[in-house]
Formats: sequence, C-alpha cells, structure tokens
Amino acid sequence: MSTDNAKIRELSSRAYKYGFVSDLESDAAPRGLNEDVIRQISAKKHEPQWLLDWRLKAYRHWLSMREPTWQNVHYAPIDYQDIIYYSAPKPKTPGPRSLDEVDPELREMFGKLGISLAEQERLTGVAVDAVVDSVSVATTFKHKLAEVGVIFCSFAEAVQQHPELVRRYLGSVVPYSDNFFATLNSAVFSDGSFCYVPKGVRCPMELSTYFRINAADTGQFERTLIVAEEGAYVSYLEGCTAPMRDTNQLHAAVVELVALDDAQIKYATVQNWYPGDAEGRGGIFNFVTKRGKCAGAHSKISWTQVETGSAITWKYPGVILQGDDSVGEFYSVALTANHQQADTGTKMIHIGRNTRSTILSKGISAGHGQNTYRGLVKVQKAASGARNHTQCDSLLLGSQCGAHTFPYVEVKNPSARVEHEASTSKIGDEQLFYCRQRGIREEDAVPMIVNGFCREVFKELPMEFAVEAQKLLSVSLEGCVG
Amino acid sequence: MLEIENLHASVEGSEILRGISLRIEAGEVHAIMGPNGSGKSTLAQVLAGNPTYRVSGQVRFQGRDLLAMAAEARAVAGIFLAFQYPVEIPGVGNLYFLRTALNAVRRQRGQEELDAMDFLALAKERMQLVEMDPELMNRALNEGFSGGEKKRNEIFQMAVLQPSLAILDETDSGLDIDALRSVAAGVNALRSADRALLLITHYQRLLDYIVPDYIHVMANGRIVQSGDKALAVELEQHGYAHFDAAPAPGQRP
Repeated sequence: MSTDNAKIRELSSRAYKYGFVSDLESDAAPRGLNEDVIRQISAKKHEPQWLLDWRLKAYRHWLSMREPTWQNVHYAPIDYQDIIYYSAPKPKTPGPRSLDEVDPELREMFGKLGISLAEQERLTGVAVDAVVDSVSVATTFKHKLAEVGVIFCSFAEAVQQHPELVRRYLGSVVPYSDNFFATLNSAVFSDGSFCYVPKGVRCPMELSTYFRINAADTGQFERTLIVAEEGAYVSYLEGCTAPMRDTNQLHAAVVELVALDDAQIKYATVQNWYPGDAEGRGGIFNFVTKRGKCAGAHSKISWTQVETGSAITWKYPGVILQGDDSVGEFYSVALTANHQQADTGTKMIHIGRNTRSTILSKGISAGHGQNTYRGLVKVQKAASGARNHTQCDSLLLGSQCGAHTFPYVEVKNPSARVEHEASTSKIGDEQLFYCRQRGIREEDAVPMIVNGFCREVFKELPMEFAVEAQKLLSVSLEGCVG
Repeated sequence: MLEIENLHASVEGSEILRGISLRIEAGEVHAIMGPNGSGKSTLAQVLAGNPTYRVSGQVRFQGRDLLAMAAEARAVAGIFLAFQYPVEIPGVGNLYFLRTALNAVRRQRGQEELDAMDFLALAKERMQLVEMDPELMNRALNEGFSGGEKKRNEIFQMAVLQPSLAILDETDSGLDIDALRSVAAGVNALRSADRALLLITHYQRLLDYIVPDYIHVMANGRIVQSGDKALAVELEQHGYAHFDAAPAPGQRP
C-alpha cells in the first residue's frame, strides 16, 4: 500500500494555521548580549539593584557554560550575538487599564487566534494575562482576584509591587546556575507571569496566559513564578501560537512552581508555536525549564502538556517531591510531524517519605518527526515508601518517523517501588479500513484514532482546554490522508 | 441489487479470487461456504473496498460501478461488513465511534445528522435487538471485548447503520450457542424485502438460525457449486474435501 507515502506528502504540505505577522511597533534592544544589554533591560523595567545583580551573576555564570549536546535533537549552531534580547510593543495609548484601551490591532490579532479577550472575559470567566512579545499588555479580572488575596500579574509588575515575594521565591526551584538555557533566561528574562495564592485560598477561577512571539528575530525569555501557600489551590493554563517565520527563533522560558503544605498547583500547557515549513526550515526552538517544588507535606503539583508546535521541543517539566506524602504528576502529549523534533519528558525527584509520582506520556510521530521521551525518576535515600508509575506510549504514522524512549531510574531507598511500562504502535491499515468501511473518511479517522490514543491525558485538562487540544491535534494532522 | 461478474483479486502477486460471478437481489439471503483459504473472506473484503487487494472484473451495486467507489462511499451507498476480526481502537468510545459513523453516512447522503440525545435513544433501542451488555457502550471500541462481544458489537452497529447489503464474515465463529442464538435473532430481525444479506461461514451451524435462500460453495477462489439450503446439510455430511481435491473447472494445473 502506498498510503504511508501519500500520508507523509500530505502532512508535509499542511499549512500553519496561525502564520501571520502583526504590525505592532517594536521597541527593541540592539542585537547581541553583553552586560550593558542586561543593564539596559533591567533599567527599562526600573528593577531594584538586587535583581540586576542576580541577572549579572547569571550572565557571568552563563559565560562559563557550554550548550548541552546530550539531547536527541539536531539543529544548526545558535549565534547568541545575533539575537535581540528585548522587544516591547509600544502601546498607542499609554498603559491600558481595561480591555477597551488595548491596541485594536492587538485585539484583532487575538481575534484571528480565536481568543478574543472580551469573549474570554464575558463567556468563560477565565482571567487572561496576555503576553505579546515581552511585555504584558492586558490583565483582566485582577480586582476580582485581589478580593480573595490572589496576586496575578506580569512578572515586571510583581517586581515593582511585591518585591519581597519575588525575591524570596525567584530561583528557589530553578537556580540561576541550573542549566545553559535557564541561566541565559535568568540573565535576560524580559517578562512573564507571577501568581501568588495565599494560605487557605482556593483560586476562584482558572488562570490563563496566552503567550505570543511577535517581533522578528526576537528571542523570548519568559519567566513565570507561581506560589501556593499552605492549603491553597490554583489551576493555571498556558497556551501559545506564533506567527510564521523564516529564521529560527529561540525560546528559553523558565517556569517555577512552589507548593507549601497541603497546597495544590495544576499547570496545563497547550503549545502550538510555528513548527517550521515542510522541509524543516524555520520554526521555534523551544528550550524550556519547568520545575515545581512540593516544598510542603501533602502538597501536589501536576503538569499537563500538549505539545504540537515548535521545530524543536526540549523540556522536562519536573517535580521535586520534598514534603512528606507529596504527589507529582506529569501528563504529556507530544506530536512531531514534518521535520519536527521533540525530546521531552519529566523528572520526578523523590526526597520526602511516602511521596508518589505518576508519569503518563503519549508521543505521536508523523512525517519525518522524531519524538523522544526522556524521563528521570530519582528516589533519594530518605524517601522511604516512595512510589512511581510511568507509562510511555508511542504512536507512529508512516514509516519515516521515529519514537525513542530513555527512562532513567535511580533508586537509593529499598522500600521504593518504581514501575515503567512502554508501548509502541502504528495506526494500522486495518484500523483505517475499519473506519472507512463504516463511512468515516480517512482524514477524519486519523485524528479520531490519535485523539483516542491521547484520551487519558486530555482527561487531565480543564474542559475548555481539552476541546482546544483536540482541535489542535486534528488541525496538526490535517491532510493526513492516503 | 448486487451483480458480480468474473471478479478477480490478488494480494502481493498471488491470486485469491479467480473469477467469481454472483447475483444477489433485494430481500435475499445468500450464504457462502467453503474450506479455509478458499477466498470467502477475501470476497467480503473486496466487496467492502479494502484497498489492499488488486481487483479486476465487474461489480454493480444498485446499478453503480462498485469497484470504482472508495470504501467510505460504499458504506454511504449501503454496504456493511461485519468483520471477522473487528479492530480495537483504544480511547475511542464505542458509542462515539458509532455516532461518528452514522453521522458521516447521513451527512454524505445529504441527511440531517443525529444529535447526541436522538442517537442515544436509537442506540438503546437497537442494543436490545442483539441483547448487548449496556456496559460495553461506555468502553472504548472493542478494547478488552471478548471475541463474542466483538461479534455482537458488529451486529449492533449493523442494526444502527441499517445497510442495504450486509456482509457477515464468520460472524458465528467465537460465539457460544446462546450468543449465536441472540445474534442470529438480531440478524433475522433486520431481514427485510429491501435488504440483502451475504453470510460467510465455515459451518452449517449458523444456517440453522439464519436460513438462507441460496448457498454457494467456494473453493480455490471460485464458486464451485450453488444450491438451496439443502446443500448445507450435504456439506455437513461430506465435508469440503472433494472440492479441494479436484481443481476447479478451467483452472490451470
């Protein structure tokens, strides 16, 4: 049968649905990186001295580091002196206070993406902190959140308004020296989101940030920090799309989560950045460090991610299970089509007693896509009674793609129990014929089968996000017919 | 309804169907019997449009050139195949799958799609025809189903999709006697003057419950004998051995 090849050809020719460039004026730093650029970024944001010092410490450390090469992805060397490290859209009216004041062009852009802020606000009750390029331009529902004491704002604003909180927790989960890309981020991060949920408060709404890379050749270095105090609960949604580009764009974000005693943080990501064209030109390099710390007893952190975009995805959202009886979860769907590459997975570090972790990873490869699961489960000496269950499933579409699994397990406590299950399957001609015999065309059957494969992960997403994720998967598989 | 003339089919260079001719009218029930490897299941797959096979000859279905139609178009035209080995599709709900299928067919026929409530009412009614365990409705398609449950599910799908021509490929295999009775009762309930059935079976057993109008014996890719239901009894007594032994007429040594 020749359906495989036809499938691959069709996949390769699919268009990126969100490829357009908005004509916002940019206020950018010169190309390249040195201490002056960092001072300039810090000064533009009116940052306190301690933060500038922290950035410079990171920068000096970064100079001594080498880019990692162990990951199972391939790309041309990045010229770090050819990147613009800061770019802010110039608002046409200074400092919009409400949605009405937001740049109409910006709102139009959100309209094209189907995430009109006004509609989000009115219909879904989701507070959206919209990040376009590097500066937050609209924050909604802030007052409602403030009533219960929840702080949800841009990172830059948090530095101004709540410097003591930022100072206490910044770098407490991902230290400035953590890894090459996290260290670079620590030196040059532009903006991001900050969320603080005080003791005993259940955040009354899902918090959501839509990221968007906009100005040409601008690396985006987001920094997100979420803190849930004792007994607090927060669910956070992050979703991304990006306009079409010819040259690669580096994205090196850092996300830090801190959960104190009995606190719970759910963090969900739908990532759909520009994956490059059919020949693998262009596309986002998504080199992200995401980590949560279950600092308190009985705390819980869940990562759920749906990764369909980017030319290269390199990220391991992990959980440090420090508090006794704390729980870490990782649910992932990663799709690679065309020439996309993904090396993704998680790290579960068991330190406290009776800590539990669950890993469920679903990788889908199509075209020439290469999909790697890499996961570390580490049980330290004191972590008696630790439990982990890992399940890694791979689905292959066509014969030119690849799926790889690298599980690392380190157990130093004899009472720990660690389980690993893995499977690889192909969408079979038999499955497709069965669907077609029932009247379902192949282009509808493939997304249906793929969505079924991912069902256990989608169940972990908030309802509206699950619907979006399913659509995204279907769009990403468009034209996948024999 | 269905006219097959000199149908040949091969896969990976080896010829499996070597000139089948058969005519089925609306309202009729035909059974095809024969030893393993005689090409019975291939005939079912080819009629349903499995693209794995290289096919030549003539097949007209309700006056249309069936071989020129894609598998899904044949489904829309009213051909249903109850698979010998129904596939599992993990994570895709049984009812969700069936509703997607029914609405795909309805849409392509220019009919209005059924909403979830109307569909559920229809499904519940048709489930009773085959005494299907309602618990299976909430599971993923055929995932973890026993052999018998899968077969029952096929007939349930048929009852919902209401085809004009249903081809049942070894639906009796893997069924115990009680399951066979209830599945046969479901099939019989679907017999009607405007619907034709093509039963493919190895054993006469099924034909005690679903009584055919005609029986055809296949061997080596050809129909070597046709008759009425009495033929089944004869076959049960003498087996297929003498069909296998002698090359079919016109076959090259």
